Amino acid sequence: MNKKQNHITPPRLAQKLLLLFLKEELAEEVQGDLEEKFYQTVNHHSLFRAKRNYWFQVINYIRPFALKRNRSYQSKPITMFRHNFKVSTRQMLNNKGYSAINVFGLALGMTVAMLIGLWVHDELTFNQYHEEYDTTYQLLRQENGSKGRYTSEWFYTGMGALLKETLPHKLENLLMSKGTPFSRVLAHGDKKLSFSGLYAESHFPSFFGLDMKYGNEDGLNDLYSIMLSESTAKKLFGDQNPVGELISMDITDQYMVSGVYFDLPKNSEFSGTDYLSSYKTFFAKWPERLNIWDNMNTKVYAKIQPGNDLEELNEQINGLFIPRLAETSKERDPNYLLHPMSQWHTTTFVEGVLGKNQTYRYIWMYGFLGVFVLTLACINFMNLSTARSEKRAKEVGVRKTLGSLRQQLISQFYLESFLYSFLAFVLSLLLLKALLPWFNHTSAKDIVPPWQVSTFWLACISFIIFTTLIAGSYPAAYLSSFKPINALRGGLKFGKRATTPRKVLVVFQFLISVMLIIGSITINNQIQEAKNRPIGYSPNGMISISPTSPNYHKNRAVLRQEILNTGMVTEVGFSNYSITNDRGWNNGFRWDGMDPAFDESFNTVHITEGFAEAMGMEFIAGRNFDPTRIADKNGIILNESALQAMQLEDPIGMVITYDPSWAEAANFTIVGVVKDMIKASPFEQTRQSVMFNSEDKRYTAYMYMRLNPDVSASESLSAIEQVFNEILPEAPFDYRFADDDYNKKFEAEIRISDLAIFFTILAILISCLGLFGLSAFVAEQKTKEIGIRKVLGASILHLWQLLSKEFAVLVLTASIIAIPIAHYFLEDWLSTYELRTKLSWDIFAFAGLGGLAITLITVSYQSLKAALANPVDSLRTE
Amino acid sequence: MKETRLGDFEETLLLLVGILEKEAYAFKIAEEFESQTKRSTSIGAVHSTLNRLSDKGFLTSEMGAATAERGGRRKRIYSITASGQRALQDSRDFKLSLWKQFPAFAGDLNFSA
Repeated sequence: MNKKQNHITPPRLAQKLLLLFLKEELAEEVQGDLEEKFYQTVNHHSLFRAKRNYWFQVINYIRPFALKRNRSYQSKPITMFRHNFKVSTRQMLNNKGYSAINVFGLALGMTVAMLIGLWVHDELTFNQYHEEYDTTYQLLRQENGSKGRYTSEWFYTGMGALLKETLPHKLENLLMSKGTPFSRVLAHGDKKLSFSGLYAESHFPSFFGLDMKYGNEDGLNDLYSIMLSESTAKKLFGDQNPVGELISMDITDQYMVSGVYFDLPKNSEFSGTDYLSSYKTFFAKWPERLNIWDNMNTKVYAKIQPGNDLEELNEQINGLFIPRLAETSKERDPNYLLHPMSQWHTTTFVEGVLGKNQTYRYIWMYGFLGVFVLTLACINFMNLSTARSEKRAKEVGVRKTLGSLRQQLISQFYLESFLYSFLAFVLSLLLLKALLPWFNHTSAKDIVPPWQVSTFWLACISFIIFTTLIAGSYPAAYLSSFKPINALRGGLKFGKRATTPRKVLVVFQFLISVMLIIGSITINNQIQEAKNRPIGYSPNGMISISPTSPNYHKNRAVLRQEILNTGMVTEVGFSNYSITNDRGWNNGFRWDGMDPAFDESFNTVHITEGFAEAMGMEFIAGRNFDPTRIADKNGIILNESALQAMQLEDPIGMVITYDPSWAEAANFTIVGVVKDMIKASPFEQTRQSVMFNSEDKRYTAYMYMRLNPDVSASESLSAIEQVFNEILPEAPFDYRFADDDYNKKFEAEIRISDLAIFFTILAILISCLGLFGLSAFVAEQKTKEIGIRKVLGASILHLWQLLSKEFAVLVLTASIIAIPIAHYFLEDWLSTYELRTKLSWDIFAFAGLGGLAITLITVSYQSLKAALANPVDSLRTE
Repeated sequence: MKETRLGDFEETLLLLVGILEKEAYAFKIAEEFESQTKRSTSIGAVHSTLNRLSDKGFLTSEMGAATAERGGRRKRIYSITASGQRALQDSRDFKLSLWKQFPAFAGDLNFSA
């Protein structure tokens, strides 16, 4: 052939493809034929045509007769499998420590992924317990208020009635409900307990698809009928069927139990509804109130079949309501809209605009975290497997020399990786079972183990297969490709290329770990910051009770005196609002020298004699109300924030006019100023507050008692209970410790903190496993180098440095990348709080150094082991 | 027993193997097929059929000499077996008998054996 043709060759890729699928015994003749054809085409036509034709010919060889057979006909598959299985288990048992680390790391990753998966599933199926979840809507109302455009769920009963009348074909099955739970005392026989439940129209059970245990869904049709949740029924009646029994509610009314429904799950909007009764019963004494336009006290739900235009429906509703509103309401620019149930949990209205809420963000965040952790665990698993590969190189060499086919080696490695991932899976199931109660408690969930859910098993099986393939593919593809002669000679070298991806991985893992460390510390700091704030009163040693009895108000003074007489409490006081929230906002305050533009409202609370002492309020100016001074009836106490908001210099004795729209104007004299009390969220600034002096029965719902510090709590409580039961035998002694209530304000943050710490520990553990694998790998690579250095007189410290320095650099790099990212996310998170902790440099430094310390400890195990090894052993290996 | 009847493509290839004699390997057979029938085919299709004919026992093959234009690779030379020849003859006889029963052509045609 002439020289020119030596440069022209058939397309390489096509040749490779051909060899990939073609039977080895056919390769020679087929390649020859195709090449002949190729050169012939080149000579007669063009090079392009020749190449195209070569491809065509190659593709046309994909025929059954020419394809490689995957199975070897010589060996018996079962015997081979048994052999592989035996070798794999022996491998595992020979390297117990290594196998344990590998399996444990993967199991941890799987457990976290399962927990997060279950959590995300639980959040995503929120409210799906309810039948017709997709077609259920709630009516909402938006209006302009003093603090911007707000969204409310409260309506006139007349509005619901009007919709029922005019749009029955579109708003099917409209339901009105009181929505907010009512705390009532239910009593049966000698059992009396507080429960919180709902009043709604009698088709509530069928509307929301409750599962009935006893009775049926129509049970609320009769006046004074009541349905109990399973747990309520159990508390009152034990295991017997209570249908038809009478129970008394707040002593005054008798209700007949008409059904028992299974408790609503925690991921339902109506979770914790202990009982249900009907609107008819609620308004039994004033039936006309079921259709009035003067009190926004009902929530409205409806079913809308798909196919209806929601926009159009909203417009229709607006058109119905707005003309019927009073002028003052119209000025607030009202707007009505239907909100689908599928969005209740993950959306919120800010300034009247629908947006995703915090829950939605957490779902994504945790979802990502789960995928991350699992990926890391998987990659580590793969890494640890391959780091051992040099040890296996000789085994591969021997097997190949004895005639093992590559196919058989590959199946051997896959089987091994399957055994590991299967073991890890079993372990992760045990871990899941052990951790789930704790996880439920920490995340306030009610997740049941998904043992009966087939999709869970399906997901697990596919995951095992996935991990097996991923983790097994590297050793399977790489190790099986060794040339026996190289493998046996021990001259196998993993170049720089083999370590670079591992280094990137270490950086990535520590990036996440360091970020999580910074996050955990910051969340914790944020909680501490709020906890360290002066509360303004002392919750410790104080109990509160809100007696539910019609006889409470007329016996209130006696109750107070009798409890004081026991000597178990030092003071007793009353107020109209709880100390642990900041309900009750009014404006209409005027005073001399007031800025005319000032129109902010004040938190208004009414307190009685003894309240300030029981509460432990701290006066910074003036004095408490004095029951002996009649003028103090018109006295008020301000808090520090009010003083600042009003810009008063010398407040004591000043007269303030209070003119709320709903009562006559009156003048009040400032008698004292107290330190701010944290009533609402401890992460918010305290607002201006005014306290009035009142003994009126409208203003005494909450009773506060300061326990005598010299008597043990259990002793004083039983003494107080005795007195309480004598005076109000019908009401349960449902007391609460004020400090418990106060600590509840931190629950959400503590939950985040606990989960963050949990994930941080896991991330560190998993990263350490990865690091451990990598350092083992590196130490193994350098065995001879270390041996020679030792012989030449290198010190152990020097060798340790040699092996550890590289990792320290990696982790420092990770920290440097992690700090700005963590800073960005935490700033974002903290910006949702009014009071926030500072992101100071020492947190970042601590996290970085912490990561470094963990790294050095992990790596030192391997590097010291390598440095301490006797050079005779390491140099002899050949 | 394997299927022993001949398809049209198979029959043509079998004949071509006989015609090409010492040059009967997949590439040449495919070339010859294309030039004689003016129909295009691929070496893969030809090879696959040759393989099937060998399975049926109509062909045998052995590795032949290597040439430079094939990159020094050897070629597989096919030759017809006795049962292959019989199958060809049977096929021809069968068609002849059909032709003879065809009244429109029966008198005019003169087949030589």
